[in-house]
Amino acid sequence: MHKIYRVNMTDLSVKIEPVPEAWAGLGGRALTSTIVAAEVPPTAHALGPNNKLVFAPGLLSGTAASNAGRFSCGAKSPLTGGIKESSAGGTASRIIARLGIKAIVIEGQPAGDTWYSLVVSKDGVEIRPETETLGMGTFAVVEKVNERLGEDFAVITLGPAGEHLMAISNISVKDPESKIRSFGRGGLGGVMGSKKIKFIAVDPTGGAALKLADPAKFKAANLTFTKTLNDHPVSGQGLKKYGTAVLVNVINEAGGLPTKNFTSGQCENHDAFSGETMYDNIVARGGEPSHGCSIGCQIQCSQVYNDKDGKYLTSGFEYETIWALGADGLITDLDVIAEIDNVFDDLGVDSIETPVMFAVAMEAGLLPWGDGKRMLQILREDIAKATPLGRLLGGGTGHVGRAFGLTRIPVVKNQAIPAYDPRPIKGIGVTYATTTQGADHTAGYAIATNILNVGGKVDPLKNEGQVELSRNLQIATAAVDSTGLCLFIAFPALDIPECLGSVVDMLNARYGLSLTGDDVVALGKHVLKVEHAFNLAAGLGPETDRLPEFFELEPLAPHDVTWDMDQKELATFWNF
Amino acid sequence: MLITIKLFASFRDGRFKVATREVADGATVADVLRSLEIDEPEVGMMFVRARHVDVDRVLAAGETLSVFPLVGGG
Repeated sequence: MHKIYRVNMTDLSVKIEPVPEAWAGLGGRALTSTIVAAEVPPTAHALGPNNKLVFAPGLLSGTAASNAGRFSCGAKSPLTGGIKESSAGGTASRIIARLGIKAIVIEGQPAGDTWYSLVVSKDGVEIRPETETLGMGTFAVVEKVNERLGEDFAVITLGPAGEHLMAISNISVKDPESKIRSFGRGGLGGVMGSKKIKFIAVDPTGGAALKLADPAKFKAANLTFTKTLNDHPVSGQGLKKYGTAVLVNVINEAGGLPTKNFTSGQCENHDAFSGETMYDNIVARGGEPSHGCSIGCQIQCSQVYNDKDGKYLTSGFEYETIWALGADGLITDLDVIAEIDNVFDDLGVDSIETPVMFAVAMEAGLLPWGDGKRMLQILREDIAKATPLGRLLGGGTGHVGRAFGLTRIPVVKNQAIPAYDPRPIKGIGVTYATTTQGADHTAGYAIATNILNVGGKVDPLKNEGQVELSRNLQIATAAVDSTGLCLFIAFPALDIPECLGSVVDMLNARYGLSLTGDDVVALGKHVLKVEHAFNLAAGLGPETDRLPEFFELEPLAPHDVTWDMDQKELATFWNF
Repeated sequence: MLITIKLFASFRDGRFKVATREVADGATVADVLRSLEIDEPEVGMMFVRARHVDVDRVLAAGETLSVFPLVGGG
């Protein structure tokens, strides 16, 4: 991967640049955050000409490494006002890596009303005016682009929400079965929409196997790595069978399942939308319980979920989405949840921000609790068409809560809090408060050690040890997000010593380096510090590293606990 | 005394989702696992009253024990 493609949408020009030496050892999140921090003024408007949208495969993307198909997208976030890196599966990362492209940087903004598409190939990028796909949902765009250009092209596209520059919008990536994976969080669809790009197609022609510094060592390390993925019960068995939705019952039993807009920690009807129920339905209806988001995935946490007649309803049906609709919004029919999930994908909206926003809208009385049919109607008629109501809701959870004068607004840095209540699971509260990304469970998944007994045990109800736990996880996560590996490799990495060693061996064999585990930790720390410095300069100071006040005021059943972490202790997070 | 047992994920296979069972006074979690033919190393998490418990936990009448294999997500 030896070249950077730079696309200027102001003058519609393209440059192919060599990779600066300082960026040679970076990939994925490390590279997108480094480029955004170096080139975007922190005070820039996220939807203005000075923001940049950066795509980068990871350091191991495009190789034969298992689970290396993740793809990073970075920019200043229109939702949080801070730096954002979002990760997605799909086919694009591998194709782009094998074309030798280390990153695609999209900058500037066209003056007129013309929309464009980008066609990326081994030779560069062609900027073409686009009309036919405007207004289309993501599934139709993928079909149309593959028909127009070729079945094997990767597609990165906006749905209608991104065209309308909504803060809930995401960027969708075609997966191996022409369905959708998403750069979900942070409203990045709005950044792509502000540059008037409906879709990016990537021509795989001319892509080649990547040169490895030591092919034999790489192969051996990948075998060890893959064995650890298969040997760990979570990555080897649990995720394959039940998907991530297995957590519905786990988090409910632990008393941390935010229910009815974060007013209880348990939901009476939890088993109706659990991973176990999902599995039973999939098997009974001829779906697929195990399915990968990208080529080379061993873990197979995705699935294909059909309706009662055996017709496709959705895939990539995730715990956080199911939680938000099922427990937080009380829509307990799993088939309705699946239909809504598919509409989220089609409109190109974040399937965490959007349903958490809807639960706040339910509390505001805008629609009844549990009314999935009304939600579908609003999605199709208001959000898709950007009516005034659609624009109000499209602004996200914080926007809607403020509009209706609510105080129970579950956001940090204006990004919706996902599926784990921080009052009885305090480690994840530290992550929500301190991560550079706004509330994001994946940034430092303390659930592993607080609840799942992976990577040791730290009592979820005590404050002691949580800052250190979250810090270590956030550092490790920033490093993993830079490799292009799926974050779920963390389950074996936390429990099986050979796992992380084999990742370091693969990096060394790929690039001819002699990194140690300490170097990988140093990379993670560096990424966090680069992102933190950007946020401070953007106005997201220490006063924004905190949870909303209602967590301190409202005890959560069944543990009857509030959030009571000392703010000074939280601030020690950055002591590294 | 009577207790309630909730099983999850693969532990439901060939067993049950939820059942009320008679156990001896002073029975521990380990006793219950033995009666269900679940080996301790297979267990990922167990909860009583939404708190993690280990195999030595003595159960009280009317309590509910929830048992999960090692699973995860995120």
